[in-house]
Amino acid sequence: MRASLKGVPWLALLVLAAVLVCAALGEAILPHDPGDLDLGSAFLPPSWLEGGSLAMPLGADNLGRDILSRIMAGSRVSVIVAFYAILFSGGIGALAGMVAGYFGGRVDAALMRLIEIQQSIPSIALALILAAALEPGLSTVVIVIVLTYWAWYARIIRGEIMALKGRDYIAFARVAGVGTPTIFLRHLLPNIFNTLIVLATLQVGQVILFEASLSFLGLGIQQPDISWGLMLSDARQYITNAWWAITMPGIAIMLTCLSANVFGDWLRDRLDPHLRQL
Amino acid sequence: MGRFLLRRLGQGAVSILGASLIIFVISRLSGDPVALLVPADAPQSLIAEIRGRFGLDLPLWQQYLIFLGRALSGDFGNSYRWQMPALTLILDRLPATVELALCGLVFSVMIALPTGVLSAVHRGGWIDRIGRVFAMLGQAMPAFWVGLLLILVFAIRLNWLPAFGHGSAVHVILPAIALGWYPVAAQTRVVRSAMLDVLDSDHIRLARALGTPERLIVWKYALRNAAIPLLTMLGVYFAAMLGGAFVVETIFAWPGVGRTVVEAVFSRDFPVVQAGVLFTSILFVLSNLLVDLSYGLVDPRIRDAR
Repeated sequence: MRASLKGVPWLALLVLAAVLVCAALGEAILPHDPGDLDLGSAFLPPSWLEGGSLAMPLGADNLGRDILSRIMAGSRVSVIVAFYAILFSGGIGALAGMVAGYFGGRVDAALMRLIEIQQSIPSIALALILAAALEPGLSTVVIVIVLTYWAWYARIIRGEIMALKGRDYIAFARVAGVGTPTIFLRHLLPNIFNTLIVLATLQVGQVILFEASLSFLGLGIQQPDISWGLMLSDARQYITNAWWAITMPGIAIMLTCLSANVFGDWLRDRLDPHLRQL
Repeated sequence: MGRFLLRRLGQGAVSILGASLIIFVISRLSGDPVALLVPADAPQSLIAEIRGRFGLDLPLWQQYLIFLGRALSGDFGNSYRWQMPALTLILDRLPATVELALCGLVFSVMIALPTGVLSAVHRGGWIDRIGRVFAMLGQAMPAFWVGLLLILVFAIRLNWLPAFGHGSAVHVILPAIALGWYPVAAQTRVVRSAMLDVLDSDHIRLARALGTPERLIVWKYALRNAAIPLLTMLGVYFAAMLGGAFVVETIFAWPGVGRTVVEAVFSRDFPVVQAGVLFTSILFVLSNLLVDLSYGLVDPRIRDAR
């Protein structure tokens, strides 16, 4: 990026970096073993409240597990799901959008019909059937998100390609006998790359919310794996005993999504301002 | 207008047909419903008999055609679990879901309309800035967490409102807020930008020049035009509420279609899942159809272009 560093959302980047570090280093930096039961400290409040302890700064859940360690460990699921979901939905969506936009005609009409049909089912309902039909777990969550979001990429990329393909240099390339795969890779892809990066960044927050919702409903990540949505689903059962178990993982979700959205907005304004209405 | 209407109705029908196929295929991808109905040591003959009774021994495409034919005549089969027609089960719960979605919609519009207007009038002022901060926060909070926080604060701490149940007007308040929370940001943006456009138009300038009180200009003459984009989009927001209802109904034990389907998913109760999701999809398509039609009514260029 040739740009200066003015206006970079440092705080958002800091939060995202912290999430990535927790996900990458995992056990090495956790203050406690996130699965470690300690019934003596069950419902231990956060350290700034009476009866709290600095050993467990955000308090403990119903089984005495350290909430901070569990939040840090749970970041791994969010990062993995976001990475694969965005990779595949972006990849499939971009390819479909490029093919439809470039060739037009029947291919385009078929794709648009397919998108229309898929969008007539609310995404959470689609997720519900899929999650029930497949074994619930991390890969199912990724499949559900990919099936829900590829159409979003396909639609936008299709529009970009339709605008690009009328340009002279594409016509020249074709006349000069450049093969279709080369046109796609060398002439179209570089031009939609910024759009793809922006879309992917803007999708991070949505993916994290989606995973949390599915896991909360019991259709996503399963015990003993740790995910923020699953932590909230647990904490719901003892909501009257420990408010911190409900609020802390939610704050982790909120801060991560907020940072991803702020960073995405900034990136969009820098790289691809015409996407602003998204 | 007649041809536009027919074409959109046709597209809607194709979408619903496609949705029914997707729903059917996915719900049969795996998971044998019979295995959940009988004990693990059930004899093969009993399993085969149950398969035969529900038509589960036929090829998939035949099962789909049978499913479609029956669905068209309103028969989705009996719920495996409740032993009653799935359609009756869903129709019984539908009013509660529509009630919740409408209340959520009313809540979001009640917040978004004044916020959008004030943000536009005092552009860059403190309402505009606070509104933007809340919009960013709102987009980062999952609906189910908002619901849990509302229960924590208003039901458990303050004991002002009930957290569960259905029936009286107070029961709908918390779920409606949880459901209406997310779209507020988008709606505010729609009102704000429409309002900015209108406030800059000739008839408003004329009204100003004539010395019309500012309050009258903003809340009567300008809002009347600025509300149109929001009104035409109401169908889209209503459709979004139907999707959100699955999670919110589960949290607040709201006896609607969403919670019924979530429960049916866990017991692999296919008829109920299919009827519930298909019904939500039909409502979804109809709401979006209404949006397109209202656009067509407001702006003739759209109906001719498509």
